[in-house]
Amino acid sequence: MTTATAAPPAKDERVATTHPLVLLLRRPEVGALVAALGIFAYFSLTTTSFLSAAGAATWLYSASLFGIMAVAVAMLMIGGEFDLSAGAMTGTTGLLVGAFTTQWGMNIVLAMAIALAVALAVGAFNGIVVIKTGLPSFIVTLGTFFILQGVNLAGTKLVTGQVAIQGMSAVPGFDAVRVYFGSSIPLLGMNLKVSVLWWIAITAVATWILLRTRFGNWIFAVGGQQQSARQTGVPVLRTKIGLFMGTAGAGWLVGMLSLFDVATVQATTGIGQEFIYIICAVVGGCLLSGGFGSAIGAALGALIYGMTLQGIVFAQWDNNWLKAFLGGMLLLAVLVNLYVRRQAGVRE
Amino acid sequence: MSLTTAPPILEVRGIGKSYGSIIALSDVSTSVNVGEVVCVLGDNGAGKSTFIKILAGAHDYSSGELFLYGQPKRFTSPRDALDSGIATVYQDLAVVALMPVWRNFFLGSELSTAGGPFARLRVKEMKAVTTSELQKMGIDLRDVDQPIGTLSGGERQSVAIARAVYFGAKAVILDEPTSALGVKQAGVVLRYVARARDQGLGVVFITHNPHHAYPVGDKFLLLKRGTSLGQFTKSEISIAELTGLMAGGAELEALAHELER
Repeated sequence: MTTATAAPPAKDERVATTHPLVLLLRRPEVGALVAALGIFAYFSLTTTSFLSAAGAATWLYSASLFGIMAVAVAMLMIGGEFDLSAGAMTGTTGLLVGAFTTQWGMNIVLAMAIALAVALAVGAFNGIVVIKTGLPSFIVTLGTFFILQGVNLAGTKLVTGQVAIQGMSAVPGFDAVRVYFGSSIPLLGMNLKVSVLWWIAITAVATWILLRTRFGNWIFAVGGQQQSARQTGVPVLRTKIGLFMGTAGAGWLVGMLSLFDVATVQATTGIGQEFIYIICAVVGGCLLSGGFGSAIGAALGALIYGMTLQGIVFAQWDNNWLKAFLGGMLLLAVLVNLYVRRQAGVRE
Repeated sequence: MSLTTAPPILEVRGIGKSYGSIIALSDVSTSVNVGEVVCVLGDNGAGKSTFIKILAGAHDYSSGELFLYGQPKRFTSPRDALDSGIATVYQDLAVVALMPVWRNFFLGSELSTAGGPFARLRVKEMKAVTTSELQKMGIDLRDVDQPIGTLSGGERQSVAIARAVYFGAKAVILDEPTSALGVKQAGVVLRYVARARDQGLGVVFITHNPHHAYPVGDKFLLLKRGTSLGQFTKSEISIAELTGLMAGGAELEALAHELER
């Protein structure tokens, strides 16, 4: 009630002063940037292969697949929702294209278009159910996650009799499409996978959308205070459905990137990775409660994950340490987020 | 001044509202002119919320008349009222705490280079407008980029009012803008109400605190148990009388007597 008057009397009440450190911390990605630099330096100094051309290409590739998903998931989280079906979606889309082309001889581009349409439809379904029913997206997408997981496994077995789809490279047109999804580009002595370029482009576009478009403004608003957003005329339903379709679309892209990289797709692809995307987004500064975060931060979160994943291999540690590290990073990130919100957030 | 001849922005005559057999409000009359502050005072359950909802277009009225610039009018929705220049600032203010002040100011009505959700925002322009609109009202923010949650309650209230004014409000209805604030913060809002009045706005100020109402009000409408206890101009009533009437003077005296030892 009257605690609002407890402000220090020396301060001009009309001017809110901000500590410079808070100003810096207000950038959601600062913590992740510091951590990424630290991990990069550590593995560069302690292992010989980390900084080699082949080594760098490996962890960049690894980071790129997680990064594309993490950026889309981060946008959704800023909008105040979760998508647990995002991981399984990378498998579903790859399997669809694989089954259509290798089993039924469908044109590869048409198969990819159908897979994209299916992904977007599932995303829209998630969004409509979440908004229309008011159920937590955690539960709704947990449901779609299990449905996709079951369909992926049972469907693949039904169609191929196996738990994987192989022989993609024999499909007509595979090499032509592969240029965009599975090729490598020589850069600075590295054999850089094209997925890294996709990752950078997606991060740039997402950042632009979040910070410089009306849609971006709406994303922050629906995630921050949905009621206020509605009162000021923000189209809440359209914004959230768009975000769910975004994560599903990203799932399709990553599905294609892995499919064209190895020409094989396992029925279990992507399962168990949905939480890694969320962790990358949170490490990158997204609040679990929505309304705050950045695409660059999520991309950095994925970079941290990719570097650690491969760095542990190069350092010849038991790679089970990765999980422990991931958990530690997550807790640290959440604590930093909490501090940021206390400093820059709500007063009441 | 020609204020007396022009029709009031908003006027109600004998207005009332019943929900089934419950009469929530009956026979209330008042008007708000350009550059005038009308304070609506009442205790809990006096009918303030019903009154506000009628003015804001959220509820239709069941008896009496409502005039907009002298013309009979029935608002069909809050949007309709807003389009007619009647803006209501509710207690929750409709702001997003973690978003910068300027983004909040333009939320839902962003300026962009073209239509559609993916057109580029005119960021510089929006920041400049926010700064100057707030400055006009005496809120001197160094940085409109700070989250609105870092502002004090009074400042946030003022930003919400400034937003309503900028987007074309002719009259603003303020729902208990000072009730959650301390003395100093309430002062910020009251000063702001006075500025809005000086800029030619009509203000309907709903409150249960006569000490907040008296300094800025031109007219005082007292509600009790869903009906009007009368309307007074400032010259007709003192703050002591106002407080007494509001609390139900006789009842209060009886209470004081009862509690005496």
